[in-house]
Amino acid sequence: MTDTDEGLPTPLTELHRRLGAKLVPFAGYQMPLNYPAGIMAEHQHCRAKAGLFDVSHMGQIVVTARSGDTSDAARALERLVPVDILGLGVGRQRYALFTDDNGGILDDLMVANLGDRLVLVVNAACKAADFAHLQQGLGADCQVSMLTDRALVALQGPEAGNVLAGLAPDTAQMRFMDVREVEILGLPCLVSRSGYTGEDGFEISVPDHGAMRLAEALLADPAVEPIGLGARDSLRLEAGLCLYGNDIDRGTTPVEAGLTWAIQKARRTGGAREGGFPGAARILAELDAEPARLRVGLLPEGRAPVRGGAPLFAAEEGGDSIGIVTSGGFGPSLGAPVAMGYVPAGLAAEGTRVFAEVRGRRLALSVAPMPFVPNGYKKS
Amino acid sequence: MKYTEEHEWLRPEGDALTVGITDYATEQLGDIVFVELPETGREVKKGDEIVVLESVKAASDILAPIDGTITEVNQAIADDPSLVNSDPLGKGWFFRIKPAEGASIDGFMDEAAYKAMIA
Repeated sequence: MTDTDEGLPTPLTELHRRLGAKLVPFAGYQMPLNYPAGIMAEHQHCRAKAGLFDVSHMGQIVVTARSGDTSDAARALERLVPVDILGLGVGRQRYALFTDDNGGILDDLMVANLGDRLVLVVNAACKAADFAHLQQGLGADCQVSMLTDRALVALQGPEAGNVLAGLAPDTAQMRFMDVREVEILGLPCLVSRSGYTGEDGFEISVPDHGAMRLAEALLADPAVEPIGLGARDSLRLEAGLCLYGNDIDRGTTPVEAGLTWAIQKARRTGGAREGGFPGAARILAELDAEPARLRVGLLPEGRAPVRGGAPLFAAEEGGDSIGIVTSGGFGPSLGAPVAMGYVPAGLAAEGTRVFAEVRGRRLALSVAPMPFVPNGYKKS
Repeated sequence: MKYTEEHEWLRPEGDALTVGITDYATEQLGDIVFVELPETGREVKKGDEIVVLESVKAASDILAPIDGTITEVNQAIADDPSLVNSDPLGKGWFFRIKPAEGASIDGFMDEAAYKAMIA
């Protein structure tokens, strides 16, 4: 782990450097892996108070209807996602998935309805492909544009609400998955009450020229510490949230991945706008019956972390592999290793014992409910 | 005290060597959350992977620095792996090894040479 100059800087890379971050190349950007406090302390701080994350590498895409009626953009986007976008209220955000013709997942994303436009936030590694996919799929009805002049930061943790209210009192009224255009320090920001840690918090889109000022103002609050990619991963893992490319990809369907909650009634069999998205035949069939395998939480019984890629077996000795661990590591809040992965539907019941092969030995894990630590979302 | 290119330190004590990893190594590894130690009495060859270390980031192996026999292991770090981060040159030691006949530590770096390597 050495410092890197490889990759594009974000509007905050100089700040990370100044804060003593270990910079690593990630999805084409120079990103902070951790700061001097270290992954464990950063993770704990975020769960106890508030953490600031630079997520400017992610793609921010605006979709507007050529007709001027945003419901036309919503209807068009529904051609690419198994999600009820038409039913998404103004000022609300929803989790979505781009699917392919086989029912696999091309990317996971957030979709916000701003009334006059939809705003999408997509994964950094997928953003070029997503943009092309959107232009091809929606170009006839919609204007699709990538926002290249905005940074994105996340403020996460139980103190996040208090901290942001100090700079932008209007945000105090926001609930989980609300989205608002808010002026912060005179900067036109787009704020959503959401995140990737399982905690209460916000994701703030800010013009790139103002990103440093916003980040410094947030870090000036004694409750806020900067958090790198290392703790971002352990936080999302404890929260049971998928990492695209590890836990979901073109080889997994939304139903296998346990993301059926993201497919609202309107898009299911018998719904008002049933199907009509790529891979609908397979995805609806899996919803109506059961997929062959499911993503589950896995708690190693010992202290050794079981990492992504470890093959899973039904027994301590012999037999063919029955599944795979897709993410795993140490959960600092749990004080124990945590993992997730795919097992046959028949072995997906809570408490089922399976075995992962690590360094030539089979370690026992039990299927466990996710999230591993309770969510702190502000739902009321 | 001698140092290996693998960032281990070796401290002669009686007829054995106490082995641990350096401050620099623990900084690179990050927070250590799991340590698997060899069995006492095991005969090892130089380069054998005899300790497994897992940090929050990744797994890594610690290699036997010389041929010899493991005479003692530090159970305290298996129970509390954070000792390796907090006191790598003291309470965070890994194991003691009795060098095999003819095994020598003369070829290893002294402190000045090690510091030059990590500079």
